[in-house]
Amino acid sequence: MENALKLFSQKGFYNTTIPDIAKAMKMSVGNMYNYFSSKEELAKFAIKYSTNILANDLREINQMEISSRDKVFLFTRKYLENVQDSPEVIEYFLRVYLSNREVFNKDCEGFLCVSEFVTEVMILLDEGAAKNEFRQQEFFPAFAMIMGALGGFAFLSGEKVLEKDIAFYSDDVAENIYRALKYEG
Amino acid sequence: MNNKIKKPKIVWLQAITCNGNTHSLLSANANRLKLFLDSFDLVYHPSLTTDTLLNDLLIEKNEIDFLLVEGAITSNKDFFQISDQGINEALKKLVLKSKYLIAIGSCASYGGVHQKFEQNDDICGLTDALDETDISYLTHPIINLTGCPVHPEWIFQTLFSLKEYKKVPLDEKGRPKEIYSYLAHHGCTRNEYFEWKVEAKSFGLKEGCLFYEQGCRGPMTHSNCNKILWNDVNTKTRAGMPCIGCTEFDFPRNNMLETKKNIGIPDEVPLGVTKRAYLSLAGVAKTFKIDRLNEKIIK
Repeated sequence: MENALKLFSQKGFYNTTIPDIAKAMKMSVGNMYNYFSSKEELAKFAIKYSTNILANDLREINQMEISSRDKVFLFTRKYLENVQDSPEVIEYFLRVYLSNREVFNKDCEGFLCVSEFVTEVMILLDEGAAKNEFRQQEFFPAFAMIMGALGGFAFLSGEKVLEKDIAFYSDDVAENIYRALKYEG
Repeated sequence: MNNKIKKPKIVWLQAITCNGNTHSLLSANANRLKLFLDSFDLVYHPSLTTDTLLNDLLIEKNEIDFLLVEGAITSNKDFFQISDQGINEALKKLVLKSKYLIAIGSCASYGGVHQKFEQNDDICGLTDALDETDISYLTHPIINLTGCPVHPEWIFQTLFSLKEYKKVPLDEKGRPKEIYSYLAHHGCTRNEYFEWKVEAKSFGLKEGCLFYEQGCRGPMTHSNCNKILWNDVNTKTRAGMPCIGCTEFDFPRNNMLETKKNIGIPDEVPLGVTKRAYLSLAGVAKTFKIDRLNEKIIK
């Protein structure tokens, strides 16, 4: 599946063909169709697959007995490490999922295919606010603050404009996210 | 021939109360109230004309089958006295003559709204007001019929069950399971709106769920309100007023008409559901816009 993600994010959704993917996955085109009835279906499965990697990371962090501030720092580090080690996971999200909404309109609209990850972000925010570590605000501005900062950084990394190794920026990015969320009593 | 059968004797004692449970009882379905009065001997109720006075009951040795208490208890005579004695003294005397003791309403069950009174910190319900010796004559654990007020049918159902079967199964808070195992959410006509996360825009509308913004406690409140209905016709939630959780022991809470949220996410989720499960389902349900549920029912 990583190979499919790579192909999609490098060549774009429309320039990637099922034979390309079958070749990358070392299976016949016929066999490919046994698993996915179309390229669109494969793309939908791929977005679930890639965001579930992040969802699992964040779920593990959410279940730790640490402060919400530490969770933000840990998740930021984990996310940026993912960008570095498996760029295809985030690249797919940015360059295929966000850029080709028409492919995902049906059965993948809204949060349908990314719900596990969104749920974990909700839990992170809810617990932080319940413990008065985060201030009260509407959900979407808080959600966008986290995902916007992380997604933006992944984009910069993909464009190869960062001067230093992406992990170098992790604590600064996390600090910015935390400051946007933190409770000011 | 029925007249020859001795009817179980009921005494209704009032302590610190707004009289709300009495109002509720007297608003019962007329047929059910008649059946109740035909089946039991209500020898004393302070709001009804009876041959017996409270003083007579306190003095005489006759047994009481069912002692029903409405209102909270205090040992502080400055705040409440009845028949020249503290309500706790009167209560203890009557309990020693009774087979069954039933708390009618939240105040009698655990102190209710009166427990919030800061100038007197010993206001409590029956269970806390009585010790082992006081209740030694009872043939059944104290029964708590919580609610503000209690539905008259809960009183009737409990009394008829005890008359017939001598005992009723209770939950860990002393409430009859038959009544309080349900949630107010069961039978609510707004359940479809709850499923699809369509919220009500304001009070009194036919459309929308009251859980997200208006503090509805239906999914976490034990009661069968939406099964048996009030005045046989309606309930708060059906009419468009959020359930305020009046059968639970934390009633009355602060800000009862608001849903406490953390960054837009409900602080409490339906009973027995994990937050992760609730949020996953809610997120998915919110994705869809069901036209029918976003339109006026009667245009």
